[in-house]
Amino acid sequence: METKAFTNLFAPFDRAGATPRFQALRQAARTRFTSAQLPTTRTEDWRFTNIAPLLETPFALPELGPTLDAKLPPPIGALRLVFVNGRFAQSLSALASDGLHVGSLVDAKADIAPLAQIAGEKDSPFTALNTSFLSDGAHVVIPDGKVVEQPIEIVYLTQPGGQEIMSHPRTLLVVGKNAQAMLVERFVGDGVYFTNAVTEIAVGEHAVVEHVKLLEESAAAHHIANTQIMMAGRSNFTTHYLALGGSLVRNEVRVRFDGEHAEATVNGLYMGSGKQHLDNFTVIDHAKPNCASHELYKGILNDRAHGVFNGKIFVRKDAQKTDAKQTNKVLLLSDDATINTKPQLEIFADDVKCTHGATIGQLDATQLFYLQSRGIPLDQARRLLTFAFANDIVGRLKIETLRDELESRIVR
Amino acid sequence: MLTIRNLHARVADKDILRGVNLDVKAGEVHAIMGPNGSGKSTLAGVLTGKDAFEVTQGEVLFEGKNLLDMAAEERAGEGIFLAFQYPVEIPGVTNNYFLRASVNAVRKYRGQPELDAAAFLKIVKEKIKVLHMPEDLLKRSVNEGFSGGEKKRNEIFQMAVLEPKLCILDETDSGLDIDAMKAVADGVNALRSKDRAMIVITHYQRLLNHIVPDFVHVLSEGRIVKTGGKELALELEAHGYDPMKAGLVGAAN
Repeated sequence: METKAFTNLFAPFDRAGATPRFQALRQAARTRFTSAQLPTTRTEDWRFTNIAPLLETPFALPELGPTLDAKLPPPIGALRLVFVNGRFAQSLSALASDGLHVGSLVDAKADIAPLAQIAGEKDSPFTALNTSFLSDGAHVVIPDGKVVEQPIEIVYLTQPGGQEIMSHPRTLLVVGKNAQAMLVERFVGDGVYFTNAVTEIAVGEHAVVEHVKLLEESAAAHHIANTQIMMAGRSNFTTHYLALGGSLVRNEVRVRFDGEHAEATVNGLYMGSGKQHLDNFTVIDHAKPNCASHELYKGILNDRAHGVFNGKIFVRKDAQKTDAKQTNKVLLLSDDATINTKPQLEIFADDVKCTHGATIGQLDATQLFYLQSRGIPLDQARRLLTFAFANDIVGRLKIETLRDELESRIVR
Repeated sequence: MLTIRNLHARVADKDILRGVNLDVKAGEVHAIMGPNGSGKSTLAGVLTGKDAFEVTQGEVLFEGKNLLDMAAEERAGEGIFLAFQYPVEIPGVTNNYFLRASVNAVRKYRGQPELDAAAFLKIVKEKIKVLHMPEDLLKRSVNEGFSGGEKKRNEIFQMAVLEPKLCILDETDSGLDIDAMKAVADGVNALRSKDRAMIVITHYQRLLNHIVPDFVHVLSEGRIVKTGGKELALELEAHGYDPMKAGLVGAAN
C-alpha cells in the first residue's frame, strides 16, 4: 500500500520547526518507513485488520496553536503530563521535582538513550512512522531505588477542531534498579483523527512497574499503537490495556525478557459496539530462562463489532524453566459481533511450561435465571453479568480512583 | 396464598407434571417428597418461571394473581423465593452487590424506595448475625469457591434478606452432612412465621426431622398420589416409595 500520504508530510514537518535534537532518529526511521510496505490483509500479522479506512482520509499534521479549552478528564493523581494534538501542554500539566523526572522529551536533561532503542521499528512500519515525526513526547525517569507511590498520568488529547489530523504520541518510561512506579497513559479526543502511538518502557533490575493504557478515543478515531517493554532480571511488570473507544484500533504490546527471573503480567479488556474494530496483538518474548508471563485478554463485543486477538509467545532456545500462560476470553453479546482469536506459541526450549486457551461464549443462561429469580430484571441481569466479566480485569487495577471510575462506567 | 390446579408441564417434549393440585396457605409448611424423576424440581422450576419448562395445562394462582403469566423477576417481586438445589456461582459479582441489587429491584417492583448502601448494610449485618454466617461473605463473589454447605446457607441467607411470602426449598438437604443440614434447618426455622408459607422439596425424610412440616405430599410420576401429616414422611422412610406407586397403579385400575 502507498506510504506517500505520509512521506509527503516529512518536509513540511521539518520546515515547521521540529526539534533538531531528534533529527538523526527521524532520518533513520524515515529511511526504514519509506522502504517498508504498509500492511494489508495478506500480511500474516494483519490478516484480520484492514487499514484501508486509515488511508481513505488525508490526515494532516496538526497546526500549532494555543490549547485553551482542552476537555480533559479529571486527574487521577498529582503527577500529570498533558499533550494536546501531540504537543506538550505545560500549563495543563503537573510536573514532579521530587527526585524524579516527569516532563517532555524536548527538554529532557535526563537520559534519553533508550529512545527508539526499545521499540523495534522493523516489527511495525507504524512505529517507524511515529519516529519519523518524533519531535516531542512524554519522558519519565525513575532513578534507582526510588519508590513513587502515586500514579503518573499522561493524557494524550486530540481536538482536531474541524480538521482531520494525525498525531504521533511518544512515551519513554525508564525505571531504575529497585525502583517502583505506576504509569497511566490515557488517550482521549473528539472528532475524526488518527493517533499513532509508541510507548517504550525500560524496567530495571528488581524494579516493579504497573502500567495502564486507557483508550477512550472518539468513536470516529483510528488508533494504532505499539507498547514495547524491555525487562531486566528479577523485574516485575504489569500492564492493563483497556479499550473503551475508537473506530479502527490496533494495539500491540511487546514484552521482552532481557534478564532472568523476571515476571510479566499482560492483561487487556476490549469492549466494542457499533462497527468498532478492535485488534489486539501481543508478543511475549522469553529470551532468557526462568521468567514467567501471565496474559489474560477479555473481549466484550456487541452489535457488529469485530475483535481480533493474536497472542504470540516465543520461548527461545536457552529459555529453560519458562512459565507462560495465555488466555483469551470473549463474550459475544449479539449475533453479528465477531472475533478472530489466534494463539501462536513458538517454543524452542524443552523444559518449559506453556499453556494457552481461548473461550468464546454468550451470557450464561443459568446465571441469568438465578439473578432474575432474585427479582433482578433481565436487562439489568445482563448488564450485571457483563460487568462481572469485565471486572475480572478492571478489578485488578491497583490505582483505586481509576478502578472506581471504570467500574461505575462499565456497569452503567 | 398459592393454588395449583391440574398443572401439566413438559420439558423437551417429555411430560413431567401430569395434573398437580395443591393449596398452600400462609403460615403452612408443606413437604413434597418423591423418588427421582417424579417431577419435584420441575414443579419448583415452573413455580419460579424457569423457561425450560412448558406448561401445557392448568393454572397457578398466587394471592389471586395468575403466576404463569409473570416473568421470573416479577414472581420474585410478588414474594416468591426459590432456594436452588444447585446454587449458581457468579464470579466477579460480590454477594453484597448482588443482594443490594436484588433487594432494590424487589423494592422497586413493590413501589418502595430503594435502600442506600448504609441502610442496606445495616439490615444485612443483622441477618448475618442471626444466621451465624461470616461477615466476609459479603465481599466474596456469589457462591464462588463455596463448599456445598456454604452455598445452601447462602441461599437461606438471601431468603432472610429478601423476606419472601412463599419460600420454595428445592432439595436443600442434598449433599449436606448432618451439621451443615442442621445449620440450614435452623436458618429456615428462624424464618417460619404465620405470614409466610414454605414448600420443602426433598427426597429424604431426614430434613423433615429438623424442619417439621404441617403437610407431607408424595409426588409420583407427575401427580400428588398421597397427602398426610408429618408421620407420612416416616412411613416413606420405613417402606420406600414403591408401595405408594403400587397403590397408584391399583387405584387407576
